[in-house]
Amino acid sequence: MATETYLNAGRRAVIEEMQRDDAVWALGEDLGRGGVFGQYKGLQEMFGVDRIADTPISEACIMGAAVGAAMTGTRPIVEMRFSDFALCAVDELVNQAAKARFMFGGQMRVPMVVREPIGMWRSSAAQHSQSLEAWYTHIPGLVVVAPATPADNLGLLKSAIRNDDPVVYLEHKNLWALEGEVPEAEHLVPLGKADIARAGDAVTIVTWSGMRHGCLRAAQTLAGQGIESEVIDLRTLWPWDRDTVFASVRRTGRLLVVQEAVSVSGFGAEIAASVAEALHHDLKAPVRRLGAPRIPIAYAPALEDRARVGDQAIIDAVLGLVAPCPAD
Amino acid sequence: MNDAHNLDRERFGAVLTLMHRIRAFEEAAIAAQKGGLVLGAIHPSIGQEAVAAGVCGNLQAADLMLSTHRGHGHTLAKGADPLAMMRELFGRAGGTCGGKGGSMHIADFGVGMLGANGVVGANIPIATGAAHGLKLQGSRQIVACIFGDGAINRGPFLEGLNWARVFDLPVLFVCEDNGFSATTRTRDMTGGAGAAARAQSIGIPAEEVDGNDVLAVDAAARAAIAAIRAGKGPVLLHCRTYRITGHTAVDPATYRPAEEVEAQRANCPIHRLRAVLALSGMDRAALQQIHDRAVQEMNAIAVQASETDWPDPAAAFSDVQDMGDPRERAY
Ligand SMILES: Cc1ncc(C[n+]2csc(CCOP(=O)(O)OP(=O)(O)O)c2C)c(N)n1
Repeated sequence: MATETYLNAGRRAVIEEMQRDDAVWALGEDLGRGGVFGQYKGLQEMFGVDRIADTPISEACIMGAAVGAAMTGTRPIVEMRFSDFALCAVDELVNQAAKARFMFGGQMRVPMVVREPIGMWRSSAAQHSQSLEAWYTHIPGLVVVAPATPADNLGLLKSAIRNDDPVVYLEHKNLWALEGEVPEAEHLVPLGKADIARAGDAVTIVTWSGMRHGCLRAAQTLAGQGIESEVIDLRTLWPWDRDTVFASVRRTGRLLVVQEAVSVSGFGAEIAASVAEALHHDLKAPVRRLGAPRIPIAYAPALEDRARVGDQAIIDAVLGLVAPCPAD
Repeated sequence: MNDAHNLDRERFGAVLTLMHRIRAFEEAAIAAQKGGLVLGAIHPSIGQEAVAAGVCGNLQAADLMLSTHRGHGHTLAKGADPLAMMRELFGRAGGTCGGKGGSMHIADFGVGMLGANGVVGANIPIATGAAHGLKLQGSRQIVACIFGDGAINRGPFLEGLNWARVFDLPVLFVCEDNGFSATTRTRDMTGGAGAAARAQSIGIPAEEVDGNDVLAVDAAARAAIAAIRAGKGPVLLHCRTYRITGHTAVDPATYRPAEEVEAQRANCPIHRLRAVLALSGMDRAALQQIHDRAVQEMNAIAVQASETDWPDPAAAFSDVQDMGDPRERAY
């Protein structure tokens, strides 16, 4: 094990996969200078301008060109800079990349990874802070991944690059500097498998991406009050690990879903509805969701914080779930 | 005027055959739609056959081509099997896409036809990327990208052409200008001088040709493809033609005067090539036979396609993606 940042773990994943497979290449704006966050630092020197390609500010063409390049035998890694800018390339991702395999009757596949950094850090306002994972989980044909730790960013990105279908890969901007233990040997994390970040039997908290860390902090505080929460980090949102979530909720009888994204029509609704439909008789309390209010994300910290699910909100929600129901 | 006496009669006899086959395919498809056999919308290319034949006739088998919603002609010209195409229009098993795509999503990767597209202009970045992929792999093949005049008013046109220039990619862009963006005249919706001028402003050599003169299209495409294959980067051809039918097979196209359509019928690319071939000495019976054979072929194909089974309903769940259960939480 070595200590590595979330950012460098992703960088290492790209290096290892590009060394392993000549068909892998990356394209996006400013990659030669390392990418906006430094995820590609030094890679153009290592792999050359053809395989770490600087592109025009043409998001639609970056995505569309990747589709064509994937159809002709290469495995592009698309860098969208901010997930917000990927909205300039929705047709290319949703109508083209996601549909081609099916629509053309399985004649070929579109192996590409679309890196779209998501989430709030500080004062980036409404067009540089969003978490839009639910847009993609809704689309047949896409795999959706949202790593929360350095080790997972290494192992999941490597698996995503090896996947033969388009993968939307959502790194959280606020986690770039996060340090964690990362295996030094080859490390692959299977897509579609959740991580039980903390075991417990009082309540199941399902989360992903940046909110994993808030949930773990809340669980730590709750443990001090004798309430043991099980925190499940989904890691992959499509396909999501139904078995792990269901097994946990069967044991705890209580579910809280926590997401950074706007709660309304968020991916958390999918988890909540699936559990409510399938595990009604195991539930000791109604399922709960926490997410952002339906407001654009603001710039001033005092306003921006209104869009955040804070640790206290998670603690309060868990306390509400474990409190004896007055009707009992 | 092309010199009829120096004409390569064998080659252009084959071109005429292809153009008749395209027209016969479209006419058989329109008739089949009236009979309820074609399930979705079709966009016929009647009157535009010279573009498909002149461009695709100069591509090698291993070259790639991307088309539009009006793509039957391009697809046939690239070498796809018309029976599989007709089955696709009829939504049958054995269609080019197993009945999953229909007319607007016909693709045949086996002959380098990387797909029609239901989204105007969407094939431009994909074609550009296909060429990028080929170049990265050291291939000598080229990509032809055919789109309508309406597509030049979408952003991906600018993004794709700029990209192809910046990376010096082997792409032949073909603007197949039939005058209409669906039911609106494109010239009323387009600033400046159009496709060629826009390409030139990006540094891409561009040429305008009479898209109803297959000899002119053929010569221009041949020269452009030779330059592209020599590594000179992208070229754009702007082919002016005319859409004889409505936008779709059921569009009566009452938004244009009948005299205009009649004048354009007289300018039909098939008639024009027949006249040149007749002048070069090909006899009338041979010319007539080319027409008759094409009609027989496509009519027989329509019958055969109509006798094909429907796809297995289970195929609705296949080839979505490797991971996850497509039936999850559904009915
Ligand atoms: C992005 C997009 N906008 C609108 C449409 C609807 N539409 C289908 S064909 C068409 C006209 C396209 O005109 P042109 O590109 O000149 O091609 P043509 O139909 O003349 O062959 C339109 C507007 C579409 N398919 N895609």
